[in-house]
Amino acid sequence: MLTTTAEPATDLGYLLHKHPDRAQAFPVAAGTAHVFYPRADQEECTAALLLDVDPVALVKGGATTGFTLGQYVNDRPYVAGSLLAVALGSVFSSAMKGRCAARPELAARLIPLSVRIPTLPCRDGRELVERLFTPLGWRVVADPVPLDPQFPGWGDSRYLDTTLTGEMRLADALSHLYVLLPVLDGSKHYWVGQDEVDKLLRAGAGWLAAHPERTLISRRYLAHQRPYVRTALERLADADDTDVAELDDALAEPVVTAVPERPEPLAVQRRHSVLGVLKELGARRVLDLGCGNGALLRELIADRELTEIVGIDVSASAIEAAARALQLDRMAERQRERITLRQSALTYTDQTLAGYDAAVLMEVIEHVDESRLPALEHAVFAAARPAAVVVTTPNVEHNVRFDSLEAGRMRHSDHRFEWTRAQFREWSEAVAARHGYTVGFRPVGPDDPDVGPPTQLAVFEREQAPEGGR
Amino acid sequence: MSEPRVLRIPDMALVVLVGASGSGKSTFARTHFAPTQVLSSDAFRAMVADDENDQSATTAAFEALHVVAGKRLAAGRITVVDATSVQREARVPLVALAREHDVLPVAIVLDVPEAVCRQRNEARTDRTFGPHVIRRQRGELHRSLRALAKEGFRRVHVLRSVEEVDAARIEIEPLLNDRRTETGPFDVIGDVHGCRGELEDLLTTLGYDLVRDEEGRAVGAHHPAGRRAVFVGDLVDRGPDTPGVLRLVMGMVAGGDALCVCGNHEQKLVRALSGRTVQVTHGLAESLSQLSGQSEEFRAAVREFCDGLVSHYVLDGGRLVVAHAGLPERFHRRASGRVRSLALYGDTTGETDEYGLPVRYPWANDYRGAATVLYGHTPTPQVEWVNGTMCLDTGVVFGGKLTALRYPEREVVAVVAQQVWYEPKRPLAPPPAARAPARAPDVLDIADVTGKRMIATAHHGTITVRAEQAAAALEVMSRFAVDPRWLLYLPPTMAPTATSTRDGLLEHPAEAFAGFRAAGVPLVVCEEKHMGSRAVVLVCRDDAVGAQRFGMPGPGTVVTRTGRPFFPPALTAQLLERVLAAVTAAGLWDELDTGWLLLDAELLPWSAKAGGLIRDQYAAVGAAAGAALSASGAALAAAAARGIDVADLMAGMTARAAGATAFREAYRRYCWPTDGLAGVQLAPFQVLAAEGATFHTRAHDWHLAVADRLHEAGTELFRRTASLVVDTTDEASVAAGTTWWEDLTGAGGEGMVVKPLANLTREGRRLVQPGVKVRGPEYLRLIYGPEYAAPANLERLRGRGLGVKRALALREYALGLEALERLAAGEPLWRVHECVFAVLALESEPVDPRL
Repeated sequence: MLTTTAEPATDLGYLLHKHPDRAQAFPVAAGTAHVFYPRADQEECTAALLLDVDPVALVKGGATTGFTLGQYVNDRPYVAGSLLAVALGSVFSSAMKGRCAARPELAARLIPLSVRIPTLPCRDGRELVERLFTPLGWRVVADPVPLDPQFPGWGDSRYLDTTLTGEMRLADALSHLYVLLPVLDGSKHYWVGQDEVDKLLRAGAGWLAAHPERTLISRRYLAHQRPYVRTALERLADADDTDVAELDDALAEPVVTAVPERPEPLAVQRRHSVLGVLKELGARRVLDLGCGNGALLRELIADRELTEIVGIDVSASAIEAAARALQLDRMAERQRERITLRQSALTYTDQTLAGYDAAVLMEVIEHVDESRLPALEHAVFAAARPAAVVVTTPNVEHNVRFDSLEAGRMRHSDHRFEWTRAQFREWSEAVAARHGYTVGFRPVGPDDPDVGPPTQLAVFEREQAPEGGR
Repeated sequence: MSEPRVLRIPDMALVVLVGASGSGKSTFARTHFAPTQVLSSDAFRAMVADDENDQSATTAAFEALHVVAGKRLAAGRITVVDATSVQREARVPLVALAREHDVLPVAIVLDVPEAVCRQRNEARTDRTFGPHVIRRQRGELHRSLRALAKEGFRRVHVLRSVEEVDAARIEIEPLLNDRRTETGPFDVIGDVHGCRGELEDLLTTLGYDLVRDEEGRAVGAHHPAGRRAVFVGDLVDRGPDTPGVLRLVMGMVAGGDALCVCGNHEQKLVRALSGRTVQVTHGLAESLSQLSGQSEEFRAAVREFCDGLVSHYVLDGGRLVVAHAGLPERFHRRASGRVRSLALYGDTTGETDEYGLPVRYPWANDYRGAATVLYGHTPTPQVEWVNGTMCLDTGVVFGGKLTALRYPEREVVAVVAQQVWYEPKRPLAPPPAARAPARAPDVLDIADVTGKRMIATAHHGTITVRAEQAAAALEVMSRFAVDPRWLLYLPPTMAPTATSTRDGLLEHPAEAFAGFRAAGVPLVVCEEKHMGSRAVVLVCRDDAVGAQRFGMPGPGTVVTRTGRPFFPPALTAQLLERVLAAVTAAGLWDELDTGWLLLDAELLPWSAKAGGLIRDQYAAVGAAAGAALSASGAALAAAAARGIDVADLMAGMTARAAGATAFREAYRRYCWPTDGLAGVQLAPFQVLAAEGATFHTRAHDWHLAVADRLHEAGTELFRRTASLVVDTTDEASVAAGTTWWEDLTGAGGEGMVVKPLANLTREGRRLVQPGVKVRGPEYLRLIYGPEYAAPANLERLRGRGLGVKRALALREYALGLEALERLAAGEPLWRVHECVFAVLALESEPVDPRL
C-alpha cells in the first residue's frame, strides 16, 4: 500500500495512472494484480496493489528442476517478493519511468510517501532492510510476524510487517521497491537472463551505483548467476569510475569453513600449509579427499612437481562445480592428464585410491559423524594406504577468539564435531599406531599461547615395512 | 583316408592355429568351431582397413584381435586365433594373453606340403604374394615346431598332411577342476595335518562308517547316505600320523567317497619324496620320518596321490568352490601356474608379521562372487562366514579343532584336538586383522554401490539403478545415514489411491477398495495413519547380540526413511531400552527365536523429526498467509466503505483466509512439544525380520496382533494402530470401510493405508501394490497447499498421474524384501547393503512428491 499526504493527495491517481474511484484488475505473469484505493481524499490517498497469485499455475508453469514439496506448499502467494516486484513493474510501468502527462511537475517533485508491506520476506532480518533502504532516504519500521501464535516457542517468522516513509519522487520509490523486494527475498522465481541485467541497470539508474550495498544488491538481484554478475559489475564499475577488480573482490567464493573474521586468510594459510607439507614429503601423486569445489586442487595443479592429482568428493555436484571452476574442459591435454575428478565416499573402501604418495583430508573429518570415523580410517589408512596422509581440522579451543561466534556453537552448521588439540592428537596417534604410521602435528594460523591455532594439522607417514623374516 | 585323429582341447582354451598361408587354417576353423569363436587376422585387417590383405594394417589388426580375444577369455570362452602364427614373435603375445586370463594355450599346427599351399593361393585372386613367401613361412614353421611346448603351449597337435587335417576331430574336455556335475551333498573338512585320531572321530561324527584293514588301520570310509568328504588339503606334516591320514584319505578318494585338493604341504612333500632339495621345515620332518617307516610301495603311492591332486574343485553347478588357500572369483575353474599358486599358498601383502611369517592378504574381504568358497590354510580360532566364504582350518594340530562344514546344509561340525601336537609359531588367536577397527568382513567397497547396477530380486525380477541415482544416494548414505551394519532396510515409497472425482475430494477409499478388488484381492486391511514419521527400529536383546550379529556393539538403531537417526545416540539408547523392555515383556524373543528384531513403525509426533520443516515451511506459510490476508482484508474493507466495488475480491479473500486458517489447524494437529523422549510415541505395524526369518508372508492381522502386544507391554511408548478388515467384494463391508475412513479423517486425521490382508500378494506373475494410502481432505492441505480444495484448483489437481509412482513403489518394495531375505539368509553385508542403497537411490527419482 502506497500512501501520500501531498495535497491534493488524490493526485496520486494521476501519478499512478490508476483512477482512485475504481477497482481495476490487470493480468500479470503470476496471476492477477488488483489496484484499488482504500482511502482517497484531499489530505491522504492510499493506493493498494493486491497480487492474487494462482498457486497451482505457479507450480505448473514454474521450473521443473527441483522436486521438493516446498515447491508446492510455499509462501509465494502471500509475500512481497519477486512476484510482487514484477507485478509492480508491469502495473505501474509509466509511473516508474517518471512519466505523467497530466501532472508532469508532480512526477518530478519530492512528495511525502509511505509504503506498507505487510509481509516482506527477509531471512536476514530488519537490519538488512535498514541497510538497503536507509541510504535511499527511507525511514524504516519493520516488525517481525510471529511464526505461529499457538507455538510462541517457535519465535518469529522471516516476514516483516514493514512501513517505509520518506520524501521522494514516486518513480524513485517504485524503482527502489522493484529492485530491493527481490533482493530481500533472496529467491528469484524466474530465470535470470541477459535482459535481467539491463532491467537492473535501468531500474537502478541514478541510485544503485552510489549505494553502499551495490555489490550485494546486484548479486542477489541476479540470483548468484556469476557471469551476469560480472557483466553487471563491469558496467556498474564503468558508471562509477571504479576498477572492476575492486568490485569483483567481494565475489570470491564463500569459504566453506565460515570462520567469522577474515575467513579468507585462514583458508589460504591452510592451503599453503598443506602445500608446504606435500613439498617436504616430496609427494608426486596426490589424492585430495573431499576436494569440494576445488580450491586446493587449483593450487595443486599449479605445482608442477605433482604428476598426478586426484580429487575425490562425495558430492557429485561438488565434483561438477570443481570441474567447472578449474575449467577442465579447456585445459591443455598435458595439463588435463594430470588431474582426475571422481565421486567417491570415504565411508567405503575404493581400490582405485591405492598406491598414492599422499592423501590430503583438508577440513573433511569434522564433516563425518564420529561413529563413521572408523570406516573412514579403514578406507584411508588400511585400504588406500598412501605413503603419507595430511589431515586438517578446526581447533575448537580457538573458537573463543572468534567474537561473532556464539559460545558453544560450531564454526559450520554441518560440523559433526570440533576437537580440542588433545582430542585430535589422541585420535591421530591411535590411528597411526593401528596402521603403522608415524604422526606429527603443526599449527595453521596464529598459534595463540592459550588456545592454540585456529586450525590443527597432522602429518601421517607410513613406516617402512619391516624387513622380511627369514 | 587316415584314422580319425581326436584333438583334445581343454575347456576355455586359447587355440592358436599355426600354418603357412594356404595351409587350410580358415577352412579347418570353420569346420570345427563356431564362426564367433574364430578370430581371423584377415577379418580384423578388413575391419580396421577395409581390405583383408592390406599388410600395412597388420599391427592395428592384431591389436584389435588381442583386445577381442582378451574379452572372450575373460568371459571363459574358447577362442581360436586364425593367423599364420609361424613366427615366435606372433605367438608370444598369445601365450601371454592366455596366461593373463588363466586359460590354457593350445597349438594346432597344419603342416601341409608347400605345393598344396601354393596351389590354393594361386586359386585366389586377392593373394598376390609369390611362392617364396610360402616357402619362408614353412621354414619358420618347421623351426618353430620343437619350441612350441617351451613357449608355453600346454598341448601341441601337429597335423602333417591334408589327409590328417581332413580326418581330425575336436573334443572339448572339461578341466580337471571342473566337477560342476557333482552336486553332493558334501562334508568339507579343514586342514588335518596328520591328526588321524581326530579325523577318524570327525568322520564318525559326520556319520561315516570307517573301513579297516586286517591290521585295524582305517583305509577308507563310506557314508550310508552317499555323502562325500572334500578335503581342503594339508593332510600331512606336523601331526602324529601323517601316513595314517594319507592311507585313510587315499582310500576314500579311490573308493569315490572323497575328493581332495592339494595343499601347500602336499606340494612340498611331493618334491621331497621325489628327491628334490627342500627345506625340511614346518613339520615336514615329522612326515618324512613317519613315512620312512612305511613300505616303498606306500611311499610311491603317496607320491603319486599327492602329485595328482588338483589346485581346486568347482562343484555343484559352480555354486561351491574348494581351494586350500581360498580363491578369488576370477580364478574359479581356471588353470594356470598362477591359479595353482594362489590356490595353494594364497596371496600375501608382501609384509611379514612380528613372528616373521608372511602377512596373508585378506582376499575374502574383497570377495563378491556368488559361489561359496571353502578353504583352509590359515588357522583361525573360530570359523565365520566372510562374504560367502569360510576358512575351515581351526588348527587341530596346534590343539584347536578339526572342523567340517556340511554342504548344502551349511552346518558346522567339529571335534576338539586330543592334545597340542605341534607348537604354533604364531599364537592361534587373535588374527592380526582383529586389530583393525572396522570388522574386516563388513568392509563395503565403493564398487558395491556406484555405477549402473542391476539387482536380481526374488519378487520383481531384475531392478536397474541408474548411475546418477546411485550418485545422488551416495552422498546421503555416507554423510547422513547410520552405519550400514545397522542399516538393514529402508521402507519403500507408497502410492496413493487412484484419484477420486467426488466433490471436494482428491482421495477417497472407494477407488482403493475397487483397485484391490480388480486385482483379485478380496480381503484388505485398513490401517490408521498417525501422521508420524516412518521409522525403522532395530532392537537387540543385548549389546553382545549387536556385536556378534552385526559387528556393532550397541542396542540397535531408530532411523528415518532415508536412514538418518531420529535422535542423538544417548536418546536413541533410551528409546531402545524401552522398546527392548516391551519386546521382552511381550515374550517375542522366544516366540520368534531371535536375539534381534527389525520393526516397521511410525514415530510420533511428526514435529520430532520434522520440526525444522514445519517451522520453516508450514508455519511460515501460515504466518505469511495470515498476515497478508488480514492486511488485504482490511484494505478491501476500507475501499468497500468508500463505495468501491470490491465484492468479488473480498469474497475470494475470505475463502482464501478460511483455507489458510484450516491449513494452520492441519499442521498444528501433528505438533506437540517433546522433551527428551517425553511425548515420543512409536506405532509399529509390521515385523520386518528376525534371526533367520522374514515375515512378509504372514497376514497383517498377525503383525497388528504383535503390535498390540507391544502396546500392552509399553503403553506409554507404543501407540496402537487402529485397523479394520474389509471385504472388497461385499458392499456392506466396503461401506463400513468408507465410514471408518470418514470418521478418521472427519476429525482431521491423516487417513489410512489399505493393504492386502494376506500381505505379499501377486496377481498372476505380477506383484500387487503392498498398500495404497487414502489421505484425508484436511491433511492434504499440507501437501497441496492451503487453497487446494477450491473447485478450480481441485479440478486441475485431479490430472495427477500415478503410474510412475506406482511402478516405483513396487520396485522399492521388492528391493526392501530382497534386503530382508538376504539378511535372513545370513548373506554378507554388501549383498544386503546393495538393496538398501538401491532403495535410497530410487528415491532420488524425480516423482511428484505430493503423491
